[in-house]
Amino acid sequence: MWNKEGKIPFYRNKTLHRKKLMIIVTAIFFLMMFLVGRLVYLMIFCSVYYGQKAEDLHERERDIKAARGKILDANGVVLATNKSVCTISVIHNQIEEPEAVIEALAKELELPEETVRKRVEKVSSIERVKTNVPKAVGDKIRAYGLAGVKVDEDYKRYYPYDTMASKVLGFTGADNQGIVGLEVKYDKYLQGENGKILTLTDARGIEIENAGESRLEPINGYDLRLSLDYNIQKYCEQAAEKAYIKKEADSVSVIVMNPQNGEIMAMVNYPEFNLNDPFTLNIETTASGEEKQNLLNQMWRNPCISDTYEPGSTFKVITAAAALEQDVVSLTDPFYCPGYKIVEDRRIRCAKVAGHGAETFETGLMNSCNPVFIELGERIGVDNFFDYFRQFGLLQKTNIDLPGEAATIMHKKDNVGPVELATISFGQSFQITPMQLVTTVSSIINGGVRVTPHFGVAIYKESGELVETLSYPTTEGICSPETSETMRYLLQRVVDDGGGKNAKIEGYAIGGKTATSQTLPRSEHRYISSFLGFAPADDPKVLAICIINNPSGVYYGGTIAAPVVKEILENILPYLDK
Amino acid sequence: MAARQKKEKRQKAIRYFDYSLLFLVIFLLCFGLIMLYSTSSYYGSTRHDDAAYYLKKQLFATSLGVVGMVFISMIPYRFWMKLSSLAYFLALGLCVLVIFAGREAKGQSRWLQIGPLSFQPSEFAKLAVILFFASVIYKTSKQLANWKNLIKVGVIVMPIFVVVAYNNLSTAIIIAGIAVCMMFVASPKYSHFLVIGLIGVAAVAVFIMLAGYRAERILIWLNPEEYEKGYQTLQGLYAIGSGGLFGKGLGASMQKLGFIPEAQNDMIFSVICEELGLFGATCLILLYLLLIWRFMIIANNAADLYGALIVVGIMAHIAIQVILNIAVVTNTMPNTGILLPFVSYGGTSIMFLLGEMGLALSVSRGIKFEVSG
Repeated sequence: MWNKEGKIPFYRNKTLHRKKLMIIVTAIFFLMMFLVGRLVYLMIFCSVYYGQKAEDLHERERDIKAARGKILDANGVVLATNKSVCTISVIHNQIEEPEAVIEALAKELELPEETVRKRVEKVSSIERVKTNVPKAVGDKIRAYGLAGVKVDEDYKRYYPYDTMASKVLGFTGADNQGIVGLEVKYDKYLQGENGKILTLTDARGIEIENAGESRLEPINGYDLRLSLDYNIQKYCEQAAEKAYIKKEADSVSVIVMNPQNGEIMAMVNYPEFNLNDPFTLNIETTASGEEKQNLLNQMWRNPCISDTYEPGSTFKVITAAAALEQDVVSLTDPFYCPGYKIVEDRRIRCAKVAGHGAETFETGLMNSCNPVFIELGERIGVDNFFDYFRQFGLLQKTNIDLPGEAATIMHKKDNVGPVELATISFGQSFQITPMQLVTTVSSIINGGVRVTPHFGVAIYKESGELVETLSYPTTEGICSPETSETMRYLLQRVVDDGGGKNAKIEGYAIGGKTATSQTLPRSEHRYISSFLGFAPADDPKVLAICIINNPSGVYYGGTIAAPVVKEILENILPYLDK
Repeated sequence: MAARQKKEKRQKAIRYFDYSLLFLVIFLLCFGLIMLYSTSSYYGSTRHDDAAYYLKKQLFATSLGVVGMVFISMIPYRFWMKLSSLAYFLALGLCVLVIFAGREAKGQSRWLQIGPLSFQPSEFAKLAVILFFASVIYKTSKQLANWKNLIKVGVIVMPIFVVVAYNNLSTAIIIAGIAVCMMFVASPKYSHFLVIGLIGVAAVAVFIMLAGYRAERILIWLNPEEYEKGYQTLQGLYAIGSGGLFGKGLGASMQKLGFIPEAQNDMIFSVICEELGLFGATCLILLYLLLIWRFMIIANNAADLYGALIVVGIMAHIAIQVILNIAVVTNTMPNTGILLPFVSYGGTSIMFLLGEMGLALSVSRGIKFEVSG
């Protein structure tokens, strides 16, 4: 071999050099094989872990908002719908001409320049400049073609009639979710299902084209058809407004319901608020913070179902019905009213201080005579009276399809003495909601069927296809048909010749009952005047109640609330006959 | 005797040239450019509006390097022995200069700006050390068995080691590694290197303990997910892990899209893993092993110790960089910036690497054959 001997120094130690080189190469080989082993560990055994982490990093999920279902009135008039609005945002590291962007946005969005500048110059991945921008403005901004400015279209709930039935419909929050009223009650139908876009993005969050995005189409919300009738609601609103202004009342509420099936045709709580601007108070105030929030909550509240009051004389309908059911009275039973009645040691006055004198049960109801009803209460007795309350459904909620219904506030039976019994008999010392009164009276005049008051009638697809007809439980046998018939007769007599004659309409048989109740504390002399009327009296199709809260001047229900109901019925009876 | 001489003459006429090495280098260059384009096109298009920005620069440097390689491969390598001291002192001077006049980039001045070109003296330093050290050892190899002489020789590389270490520790470590490998091959002893190895380990330990930020690097290395500075390492691991057995396919890396900072530099191997999978990454490592095997063949058969040592130095250079780079990328060792030869972006690096390849080819040209018996 040629390395045995040599003159060049290398040759002498060639074997040693080769051996040593071999050691180095072997070491390199093993080190590299170790690294291959490390790669096997990372790429086979840790592959799922790191792969998932990487995917989480690259994937961006973007929601495609589902359009919220519309709310329609009984005739298909749209009461709540969606409006396309835009959200304007800026992506900091995509902006090329910050000054142009600031100028354009400040101009189009009518924002102060500093505000826009702060957003534009903030180093963040994406910064929202303004939401709920009208689509026209959004399109205009898009037309500028400024790099780094993002215009995202979105839906915003829109109520075409602003204040109409505001406390019934309710409104939605920023994420299009119902907050109060029907919007929250029927949220699961209205909301729909958001779609999704899964995209891959680079480190700056920019979507990668052709990355095979997967898309899940949104399912739009279903439409809700109400029993509420735009026209009737409008009549009622006008009538309520008139009474509100004329009587300088705190508020005026009107409910119009079909007593046969519980469909509510109108529910007005004047003053209403603007559903398209629910966070602005409808009264002048300088309140802020928590105080303002309380006022807002108060404004959004639906007093027809959330507030209880002493029903007063309208409750005599229930006492009378209970007495008839118990068979402790007949229409011709004689009574005598000296203007008061002594119960235990108390002298309870009648509304007419001079007294009604001799009267029958029928004229006693027409006169709304307290002593007559105290007597009836005594005849029925506490136990039976409470049984009737239960039977009439008065002690449970009406289960109306609105959130926030208040329960009846009634004495504990054990605590009811003769004085309490007497006051209960003519509708005082306990509280119910107007809705409860309307529902209970309905069941007494409709032949004895307790209906569930409701707005929602049916659910439709966007295409108009029926999804579901909503049904509500009813309870029969609330009172006998005979009692019901007698009550209809009696209440028609109240309007024809009694305290409710201000609600009389030529050509129509109207039944009804007035009420004037004093709110607590009695010393403030605040009153709630109300009138409950229905028509046609022999076969009621519509029942209306008007409650005027704290009127000034004359406060008798028969004088101020009855004309309101009359006006409403005058308008809607011909309308319903059509 | 005469016959023998005649025979030798005839043998000399057979000219050897290591085409295997040449083709391996060409293959690696092409592979590297493709991967560089794949990796850098995102940064190129986002930062310079030109997807091929980095490719073009690298291609320019590579072309220059290939011309240099061919040129150097034709020069008999013993020619460099005379210039080696000059090269060494030039490298030393440039490395000193860069400390004072270097272009700042990412807090470290490692580049010298000459007109439109920037130049990294530490890359040149590696080549200079290989040439200079080879000639020093060649002249003193017989005395290397002696501790004193070994230290004397070692001390010769100390100045450049210290100067380079001043702002580029990883390159300094590579230089030290190259020097140790060359001494190891030339020295007849083993025990000395055991001691040097132990001293090296001790030095590293002391070094880490002296500077807090190095200790922090160790912590990041052990637990990259818990430190903000572990970001680059972690992003590299995500890329490697998501590659799987056969990868996502050329060009399909997601991590190169801005997730891995400066993916085209130190971290390019992670993108290779992501796109070509374990299979591709292993193939690349095998290519480097083939390259090293060729260097071993050339060194073993070199006409003289000088040529053999040059090739050993080159081999050590490439092997150390490959091992350290992959070890860093796979988080097998703490993070330090070392380029992957022939693949990572870096003009100076590729030019000097090709220069070294030219040297190795030149050494291969000097191999003398004995046809048979």
